[in-house]
Amino acid sequence: MKLVEYEGKDLFIKYSIPTAKRYGVVKIGEDISKLKIDEYPVVIKAQVLAGGRGKAGGVKIAKNESEAKEIIKNMLGMTLVTHQTGGKGIKVEEVLVEKANDIEREIYISVIMDRKISSPTIIASKEGGMSIEELAKDKPELIIKMPVDVESGLMDWQARELAYKLDITDKSLFCEFTAFAKNLVKVFINYDANLVEVNPLIITKEKKLIALDSKVIVDDNSLFRHKDIASLPDRESSELEKEAKKIEINYIGLDGSVGCMVNGAGLAMATLDTIKLAGGDAANFLDVGGGANVEQITNAFKIILKDPKVKAVLVNIFGGIMKCDNIAKGIVEAAKNVDIKVPVVVRLEGTNVKEGKEILKNSGLKFEQADSLWDGCKKAVALCK
Amino acid sequence: MSIILNKNSRVLVCGITGGHGSFHTEQCIAYGTNIVAGVTPGKGGTKHLGVPVFNTVSDAVKETSADTSMIFVPAPYAADSILECAYNGIKVIICITEGIPVMDMARVKKHLNNLKSQGKNIILVGPNCPGVITPGEAKCGIMPGYIHKKGSMGIVSRSGTLTYEAVWQITNEGIGESTVVGIGGDPVQGMNFVDTIKLFNEDNETKSILMIGEIGGSAEEDAAKFIKENVKKPVFAFIAGKTAPKGRRMGHAGAIVEGSAGTHESKVKALKEAGITVIENLSDTGKIVSSVLKSKV
Repeated sequence: MKLVEYEGKDLFIKYSIPTAKRYGVVKIGEDISKLKIDEYPVVIKAQVLAGGRGKAGGVKIAKNESEAKEIIKNMLGMTLVTHQTGGKGIKVEEVLVEKANDIEREIYISVIMDRKISSPTIIASKEGGMSIEELAKDKPELIIKMPVDVESGLMDWQARELAYKLDITDKSLFCEFTAFAKNLVKVFINYDANLVEVNPLIITKEKKLIALDSKVIVDDNSLFRHKDIASLPDRESSELEKEAKKIEINYIGLDGSVGCMVNGAGLAMATLDTIKLAGGDAANFLDVGGGANVEQITNAFKIILKDPKVKAVLVNIFGGIMKCDNIAKGIVEAAKNVDIKVPVVVRLEGTNVKEGKEILKNSGLKFEQADSLWDGCKKAVALCK
Repeated sequence: MSIILNKNSRVLVCGITGGHGSFHTEQCIAYGTNIVAGVTPGKGGTKHLGVPVFNTVSDAVKETSADTSMIFVPAPYAADSILECAYNGIKVIICITEGIPVMDMARVKKHLNNLKSQGKNIILVGPNCPGVITPGEAKCGIMPGYIHKKGSMGIVSRSGTLTYEAVWQITNEGIGESTVVGIGGDPVQGMNFVDTIKLFNEDNETKSILMIGEIGGSAEEDAAKFIKENVKKPVFAFIAGKTAPKGRRMGHAGAIVEGSAGTHESKVKALKEAGITVIENLSDTGKIVSSVLKSKV
């Protein structure tokens, strides 16, 4: 679950992490008259799930009320294209309005789960502002990595070591920073995050530490114990993806025209790759689950066919514990439940595959059958052309 | 020989009375696995599928000398179940459960490392995996037994059905498998590719190795390095996710390209540089393996 900046900062505030003074969040259809702004300039920031907002016009400073109104009016509803949005744009539906701060120094700091050592790890650099990718490319020698014990959190000596490495020597700032670093790790661990990033962490001209931005991703598998996070809007998924999620189907929309229904995530991924090798592009990733029963197959067909780009559907099921004849019966019944207007290619493999193929053949429905994954992909791609 | 699991393994099932646990335990027994005990708190003293059920792993190990466990406990409680096994004498823990929070697994790994430093080397397979099968001897997991055939190829994979697809082709080529290990699709897991390949490398019955990886993390790159330096047996690899969009989790929690890390490209490059035969088209797995192995005879 990816949080937008102000949602991440809400968690920071709970853990006493200093953030810029917030005047409020303005949504489409609202204006700033509801905000009580006592001091200008203010910063107006588009709340979208993509880095590089500043360069794309998603972060602006307003010196007075009329400027603020104008900027907010223009920013809400605009489509933001940044280097992270993959060529497409994201519509801005909310903006965050905060007090502007004079920046003296920028620092990069994040907490990640380091898969190699199975441990939370702090990544920091005394030069902030640019992305960690750019940092790793341009100044890898400045990147500090510090593993953190998952049960103890960041220890005092580690926080001190980090402060020295980042050249934070001013006495009051030093204490502010060590408290900040320990709290940041607490947010990461207590909220089951995959990532907590502050870029930049700034030191203001007044020698104050402020987390100027936030990027927080919470582990989807942990949402059962974070009801507050689970109730936040899912901003990453499309409408169709959300619908699929509700009925426990793992679906990700893609750009191609071959609709895919596969059992198992790995095989689903490999099927997309094989479609590409066969000269086509998949319209979606869809894992119908290991069981692949009639209800799930029916639901999967419904979801796939809601995408107007789909010109043919490839069903690729490896009959494991569930045998091919039972799966074939499921496909036939599901196809009768759903009005399918595009050709359907079915590739079954596993036990009782002969019986399964017979059932499909004798169903009276027009299934194109395939003998292998490769054959199925080629047939589905050809039908899309 | 085989690795991790054989016909002498004494298997305990955690969560034996649940729907999933029940169904798959039955299938495992039918395959010939020596299931000696089940654990479900509150149901101790009863029998399920003819297997004695205990309240705790400690009781089960004391009464039955179980040395291997298979876990079907629901995700919120599964990490605790792994630790219960680890602290009560189980040597091989195979965790099938999907959806365990990553932070829970980080805690589990910390405890397993502590136990290791005390000389207790416990093997954890998974979570979020199909399990382990040594064809003709025993299976601990949810894979269909009949697609396997006793043979000479060691297979290790981050996926479930994708593995079945490859196994089926290897079986149909007549090569068969020594042991098949599903290490699971989570970002923090027990055995990784290197740990498993090390065992295959030392196993006399395993003559060749197939590694099925996917995007995300760097386990494949680490394996490539290990193989280059240590493995003389022929190694084959397939990596899923070439066409997966950046930044999206492809079903498995660990299958995600983050920034420039974990791409299909970097994995394939590392594997090829290590002299591993990389299979581009999954459908060709059986054919390629067969022809390369024949050319080496």
